[in-house]
Formats: sequence, structure tokens, C-alpha cells
Amino acid sequence: MKYRHIKKWILLAGIVLSAVASHFSGTINSYYLQIVIFIGINITLAVSLNLINGYTGQFSLGHAGFMAIGAYVSAYLSTEHSSAFFKAFGTNFFSIALLFIGVLIAGGLVASVAGLIVGVPSLRLKGDYLAIVTLGFGEIIRVLIQNTDAVGGPRGYSGIASYTTLFWTYSVAAITIYVVVSLIDSTYGRGFLTVRDDEVAAEAVGINTTRYKVTAFVLGAFFAGVAGGLYAHSTTYINPSGFDFQRSIEIVIMVILGGMGSTAGVTFAAILLTLLLEYLRFVSGYEWLPEIVRRIAQNRVIIYSLVLIALMLLRPQGLFGRLPRRGIPVGGMAASRRTKLPAASA
Amino acid sequence: MDDKRFLGYPPLRMTSTEFLQQLINGLSLGAFYALIALGYTMVYGVLRFINFAHGDVFMIGAFCGYYLSPRLLPHFTGWMTPLGPISVLVLTMLICAVLGIAIEKIAYRPLRSRPKLTVLITAIGVSLFLEYGGQFVFGADPKSFPELMPDRALEGTGALTITTTQLAAFIVTISLLVALTFIVKRTRLGMAMRALSNNATAAALMGVNIDTVVSFTFGLGSALAGAGGILFALSYPSIDPLMGLLPGIKAFVAAVLGGIGNIPGAAVGGIVLGVVETFVGGSAFSTYRDAIAFALLIIILLFRPTGIFGRAQIEKV
Repeated sequence: MKYRHIKKWILLAGIVLSAVASHFSGTINSYYLQIVIFIGINITLAVSLNLINGYTGQFSLGHAGFMAIGAYVSAYLSTEHSSAFFKAFGTNFFSIALLFIGVLIAGGLVASVAGLIVGVPSLRLKGDYLAIVTLGFGEIIRVLIQNTDAVGGPRGYSGIASYTTLFWTYSVAAITIYVVVSLIDSTYGRGFLTVRDDEVAAEAVGINTTRYKVTAFVLGAFFAGVAGGLYAHSTTYINPSGFDFQRSIEIVIMVILGGMGSTAGVTFAAILLTLLLEYLRFVSGYEWLPEIVRRIAQNRVIIYSLVLIALMLLRPQGLFGRLPRRGIPVGGMAASRRTKLPAASA
Repeated sequence: MDDKRFLGYPPLRMTSTEFLQQLINGLSLGAFYALIALGYTMVYGVLRFINFAHGDVFMIGAFCGYYLSPRLLPHFTGWMTPLGPISVLVLTMLICAVLGIAIEKIAYRPLRSRPKLTVLITAIGVSLFLEYGGQFVFGADPKSFPELMPDRALEGTGALTITTTQLAAFIVTISLLVALTFIVKRTRLGMAMRALSNNATAAALMGVNIDTVVSFTFGLGSALAGAGGILFALSYPSIDPLMGLLPGIKAFVAAVLGGIGNIPGAAVGGIVLGVVETFVGGSAFSTYRDAIAFALLIIILLFRPTGIFGRAQIEKV
């Protein structure tokens, strides 16, 4: 077991690197800084959705809803209740850090309660039905926020403190990746894969599929909530329409593009897609391009849809994913994941 | 009694006339949902998958009406005037049928043996493509739908208001339902459809051409959605490329409510959803109107996942 501690080292390296990068972030153009922060947030979102959609084989279309809960809860707490906190602990670097960690975790926890509520119907529903129910949950959350005057309703919520830095964003991303990878690689975590691969067989060998599904939803929602908190404290203004169906689809596309059930692939796809979409903004401004290309570049959803259809027709396993195989090779799943096997036919 | 508030909302009060009026409005809204829901249900019955793009075919139907009416209507004058709207409707249904068949051929057919999730993701892709491709082609701003027929209140209905468009929507919906029932119950293709939904393998062994039946089902469902689009646009004359999303999802809820795969169930589910939604929309909870369908869906799926008319299926390993 040469690589036994490699995950921990990578986690530590990620946090140290993000702290160092954060220290120098004052010298970076603020526009680029924002994009880099969005990339980190998207990595957290995509990796956490991958736990639900990729590893556990459920299909959630409501990730933006969890993100919205985290964003609103943490923004509300840090905006409305920070003065009492600062009075008690003084305003310094550590008290701000403490407050920020506190509100992020609070946002994540409330989101994970919502994940529990969504996870419960998932016990009875499969595939298409589950997708629509999670979509519905996302929309219900959005409508509820729109009707809550305490957080601005449809006008949105502004005046959120700008606490999010590179350090927080990438530490959270690193922790998310670490938790998801460690979980899946653990003995317990194999259960997620069995639920995905064959639910009936998993149940037959005594795996509590219900518990795995709910765990996936709760954990995925928690990280989505934390990512939402980071997002709120980065843009300092949030409104309900920023967490709509299209946002959920964006995260789903990252997972599908990267390959469902491949954390590395999903991380890569989150980076790629965020950069690509920012780049499209420039493309739509290039005068020398034909009008039609510029107009398509402006309308990013056309590109999403074409990416989705093309991927499903040509490479349904995504860039880095693997096709499900029939039968498990000698040595079990662990061996099959590490050794190269001849590609299975679709 | 004014201080008796529910969650801070004033109590719901309604006279019987208001009640009847809301019921009529609800029925006419339900008729659209029913027309779209039929397409979901038929496709589900035959292929066991949810055609996410169905609501967008409904949108394309409305836009067909928008572009066809000014070109077709002037040709029908004098005694032929009533034929104008009918020709728009028929042509729209044909275009939508072709579109539905094309979507199935290009996007779904190559994936038929793949996991359901793959097809679902493709369907979401097709839906987004139609919506935002529509935005690209038609423009994102809402357009006002032309008047296909004079819209006025009927006389002799007392305090109730029933408009000519509402009446037309009822008549068209009911005739289409009758026609659909005839096709499904009395024709060879309809029999093939029912056979396929019962047992695809056995149907294929009996010589049913699966591809033809699936194409036919998509064509039929899309034609109904197109008709629904026109009728919807008559009543709510502002159309835009994203208009299909919400009615599409709600019609899906209607299909599940009636028992997905069940044709009369879809019609009943649509009507029920339309009525419930109109009553909620008319109450103090109107801002929650769009969440009602989803809440309803979650409740049905939790307590009676087979819907009103559906039959439970046993999962075989």
C-alpha cells in the first residue's frame, strides 16, 4: 500500500496551496480572481453532485436548490446576526474566519436537512421519476425563497459581506474531493457503487440501499449548501432566479461531461466548462466572427444542449468515465478499478 | 370573522357564481394540460421513458400558429372563414407530428437499447435545444399571438363568462380525444400500440414493426401537443420560446396523476390539475401557484405512485 496516505497529502497540499495563492490574490486582476473562485465553487458543486448521480446512480436535477438554501441561510446569518457576534468576539482576522466557517456549516446543515427530505422520496422512485421530483423540489425551494420577504423575495438579497477568498474556496473544494474519494474508497463506500450497479442484487446481499441513497443525498446537499455559502459571500448579491433549473443543468452537465462516477473527470469538467463559458463571452464580442457564431456564443444553453446530445450519442460515459460492465472481474471491483481491462462493448 | 386568518392569509370566500366561474376557467386550463399529457402518456406506454422535450413541441406548435396564421387566414373569406383556423390547426399538427418523428429518429432511436438515464439526459438536451434554439430563431422576446377567431363572451350564460375561445378549446379537445380513442381502440396501428405497451418482445414476435409504431406514437403525441399549443396561445396570447417548459412539466404531473401510460387517465389528470391550479391561483396563495403542481406530484408519487387509474407493476429480476 504505497499510496495509502496520498489522499491526505493531496488534501493538505491543496489547502496550503490555496492559502499561499490567497496570500497573493491581491495582485491578481479581480475579474480573473472571480473566475478562479467560481471554478472552485463549481468543483465543489460538481463533485458533490457526482456522489449522488455518479456513484450512487440516482439522478438529481435539483442541486441548485440545495445551493440556494446554503447561500440564503449563510448570507442571512452573516448579514443579520454578525454584529452581535463581532461585539462578543471583537472584529479581527480570527473572529471573521470563525464566523465564516460557522455560517458556511450552518448553510450546509440546513441544505442537508433538505437533502434528507428529498432523499426520502428517492427510496421509492427511480430514474426519470426521481429526476422530475428533484427538479420539482428545486423549483419549490426557489418559489419559497421568492415568497420570503426576510431575504428580499424576488428582489434578491444584497449587502452580503465579501468573505470568500481563494483560500476558503479551494479548501472547501479540496475537503469535498477528499471526503467523497475517501468515502467511496472505504469498505462502507463500496455500498454506494453496489446501489448504482444493481440495486436488487445489493439488497439481496444485505446492503441497506435506503440508507446509502439518503446518505448520498444528505452529504451531497451539505457540500452544495457550503458551495452556495461561498457563492453568496463572493458575489455579495444573490437572487432566487440565480438558482433555477438552468443552474442545476449546468452542474449536471459538468458531471456528465466529466464522466459519472469519476471524481477526477468531474473536477476537470468543472474547470473546463467554467473557463469555456467565460471564454464564450469574449467570442460573442469578436467582430471578425460571422454574426451567427457570435449569437450562438451568446446563447450558452444551445451549446449545453448540443454537448449533452452529442455526448449521449457518442460517448455516454463522459470524458473520463467507464461504461458499466457485465460481471465483476477476478479480484473484485477494487482490482478492476486499478488495472486496465479491455473495453467492454456497450 | 375577519381575524380568522390562515398563516396570515385572509380566509377563502367564494360565492357559487365565482366558484362556477373558477371551475370553468380551471376546466379550460385543464384541457391544455390534458392534450399535452396524452403525448407523455402514450410515449411512456410504448417506450417506458419520459420525453422531456414534449413540452417544447407544444411551444413549437404555438409558434407554427403564429407564423402560419397571417399566411393562411387571408385565403379564407366569405363562407370559408371558419376553415381558416381549422387549416392552421391541421397544418400545425402535421408540422409538429413531423418534428416529433424526427426527434425520435435522430435523438432517441440510436439509444433505445442503452440505459434509461442516457435517454433521459438526451431528452433534456433536446428540450434545451428546442427552447434556446427557438430563442435563437424566433427571438427571446414574447410575441403576441394573432386572433384566429373573434374572442368574445357568449350570451345567455347569466353571470358566468364563457368566451368563444374557451368554447372552441373545449370542442377541439373533445374531438381530438374522441379521434384518439378511435385510433387507439379501432385501428390496426392502435392495436399495435397497445400490444407494444403490453409486451414489446411479444409484439415484435407477432410481427409488429416496432419502429413504425414508435414513430407513429411520437407523431400522434406531438400532433396533440401542437394542437394544445395553438389552443393555449388563443387563450394566453403571449408566446415565447420558453413557454413550453412549465406547461410541459405540469402536463407530465397530470399524466402521472392519471396513471402514466393510461390514456383516459391523462385526460382526467389534466383536468384535475387545471382545476386545482385555478382555484389556488384565485386564492390568497396565488404566488405559490407554480409550486402546486410539484407538491401534488411529490404527494402522488409518495402515496399512490401508480396514479388514479394506473396498475402496479412488479419489478422482475
